[in-house]
Amino acid sequence: MLIDFFLHLKAAKLPVSTREFLMLLEALRERLAGHSLDDFYFLSRACLVKDESNYDKFDRAFGAYFNGVTEIPGLEAEIPEEWLRQLMKKHLTPEEKAKLEKLGWDKLMEQFKERLKEQKGRHQGGSKWIGTGGSSPFGHGGYHPEGIRIGGDSAGNRTAVKVWENREYRNLDDSVELGTRNIKVALRRLRRFAREGAAEELDLDGTIHDTAQNAGWLDIKMRPERHNKVKVLLFLDIGGSMDDHIKLCEEMFSAAKSEFKHLEYFYFHNCIYDYVWRDNRRRHAERFPLHDVMHKYGDDYKLILVGDATMSPYEVLHPGGSVEYMNEEAGAAWLQRLLDKYPRAVWLNPEPERLWDYRQSIQIINNIFGGRMFPLTLEGLERAMRQLNK
Amino acid sequence: MRFEGSNTYVATPDLMLAVNAAITLQRPLLIKGEPGTGKTMLAEEVANALGAPLLQWHIKSTTKAQQGLYEYDAVSRLRDSQLGGKDGERVRDIANYIVKGVLWQALEADKPTVILIDEIDKADIEFPNDLLRELDRMEFYVYETQQLVKAKHRPIVFITSNNEKELPDAFLRRCFFHYIKFPDSETMQKIVDVHFPGLKKALLKEALEVFFELREVPGLKKKPSTSELLDWLKLLLAEEIPPEALRSKDRKVAVPPLHGALLKNEQDVHLFERLVFMAKHNR
Repeated sequence: MLIDFFLHLKAAKLPVSTREFLMLLEALRERLAGHSLDDFYFLSRACLVKDESNYDKFDRAFGAYFNGVTEIPGLEAEIPEEWLRQLMKKHLTPEEKAKLEKLGWDKLMEQFKERLKEQKGRHQGGSKWIGTGGSSPFGHGGYHPEGIRIGGDSAGNRTAVKVWENREYRNLDDSVELGTRNIKVALRRLRRFAREGAAEELDLDGTIHDTAQNAGWLDIKMRPERHNKVKVLLFLDIGGSMDDHIKLCEEMFSAAKSEFKHLEYFYFHNCIYDYVWRDNRRRHAERFPLHDVMHKYGDDYKLILVGDATMSPYEVLHPGGSVEYMNEEAGAAWLQRLLDKYPRAVWLNPEPERLWDYRQSIQIINNIFGGRMFPLTLEGLERAMRQLNK
Repeated sequence: MRFEGSNTYVATPDLMLAVNAAITLQRPLLIKGEPGTGKTMLAEEVANALGAPLLQWHIKSTTKAQQGLYEYDAVSRLRDSQLGGKDGERVRDIANYIVKGVLWQALEADKPTVILIDEIDKADIEFPNDLLRELDRMEFYVYETQQLVKAKHRPIVFITSNNEKELPDAFLRRCFFHYIKFPDSETMQKIVDVHFPGLKKALLKEALEVFFELREVPGLKKKPSTSELLDWLKLLLAEEIPPEALRSKDRKVAVPPLHGALLKNEQDVHLFERLVFMAKHNR
């Protein structure tokens, strides 16, 4: 019976191994679990699941296997809130948006108070409770024509198609530290420590070894200091359709900034054309021609572009396609120029990978990059870093 | 040997089961959880409850696996040899310069010990792999003295992690794992009772409500945790703040007194004050 259980977990894509299964059997033989299903649940979880992010998957698999077990203890409070946060951004169709009733202001406040009283846990999605990503008038990150926002960033239902006016885009804030830890771990793969330059550091282990070899005559060894050799040139898409991904990009940016000694960054909008900028507020006054950037930073730099690559195909393929000004050369030409100069390059895309096939501009840019576009997830970052290290 | 919680530490049934499984099967127990949920305390409490000595090994980014086993102090041997004198005999035997690490001390102890490897994720990414065999077989080889160190009693090993690095699979497979979830209000009440037995019921009830409401505030960078609640209660008691001050009846929302003990981040305090301000004016 338990072999079935084990195979069932395996089929539910839980990373369980035979060794852990044997450990569970051993624990059962020692009568650690007694006869209650609760105990067995806790015991098997401690044996088989080694990462709290798999707890939820395990709970579902466990529940499905032991049919009739409807309530699994501790389920409701198991998942830390950050995981739920902004997990689901519901994109409503226009019909759905229209369907949402417009509640009056007084009624809204009344309901809000009532629900604050009623609601006990965090809520996600749905259309009644206060939480994130739903269509209730309360909470944030959701859509309701006339709603109250409680903390959080503004909802991401963009309606503008083209950006003509001069907009004040938000600078990517690099002080966000939350959630950047794991991005740092992924970026760390890029680091290549190398010893170069003059010998200036005492090599203690070498000195001791050589001194011992020398029968006690002190033989001091020096070695060059170790530093991170990797140079990164980072281009970030900002504004417009990227507003949805600002939080992710902020985290990525703040992680990257502290990880590399040589990190040069520039902003662009939608696609790269003949100039880029460093400070968003002064972007119209202070521009850097892309030619200068390419001359200044040598081809030993690794090139990382971050952007959703979601735009009209004209913006990439045709001169004058930019939404902001008249560009003489097509974005594709500039991208190609960048790629010719920097052979080690990737494009990181915050849009989920499964949507890429449906957006023509993403496919075009992915083709220009020779398939080197990766999703901005931990897993995608790791693939990208591997690609850059090749 | 079984662990049943203690009068200074409240353990939930699932945590108790994981601890007992680790004790019975003599395998390491890996513990994760929000900061301030008592990961490190657990090892101390288990050691106390079982009456076993606790050996702590706090990991830093520069810690090497070898340091937990032993270190060869070449520098003092060199010094002794150069100074000569009556230490001449000492220099001849390399064993005099082997410094025992935490694991060695635990393995040669006359009774079972509890080892705490604290914050294993701080170390280099290869660190857990270097300890695989040692933790599995509870033996290791000292190359300098050609000596095999074997466990007299297998120690009980607790490992804590803050999730800064992924731990290697091979390492995880050898451990039991438990994630200490944030206590619900019932468990929290028990925890507070353990720490402040004489606390007035009214104050505790108001304080816990304020605390859990504060945790619900969206967008906080660092949610207050158990240890911060305990600190805050200590302050409330010291300042002799009456329960009524935590929530005035006429106004539903107010900034709780001494909230600096709960919110440790300037931006969080700012956000919180803004929310309170908004709530007051929107009524």
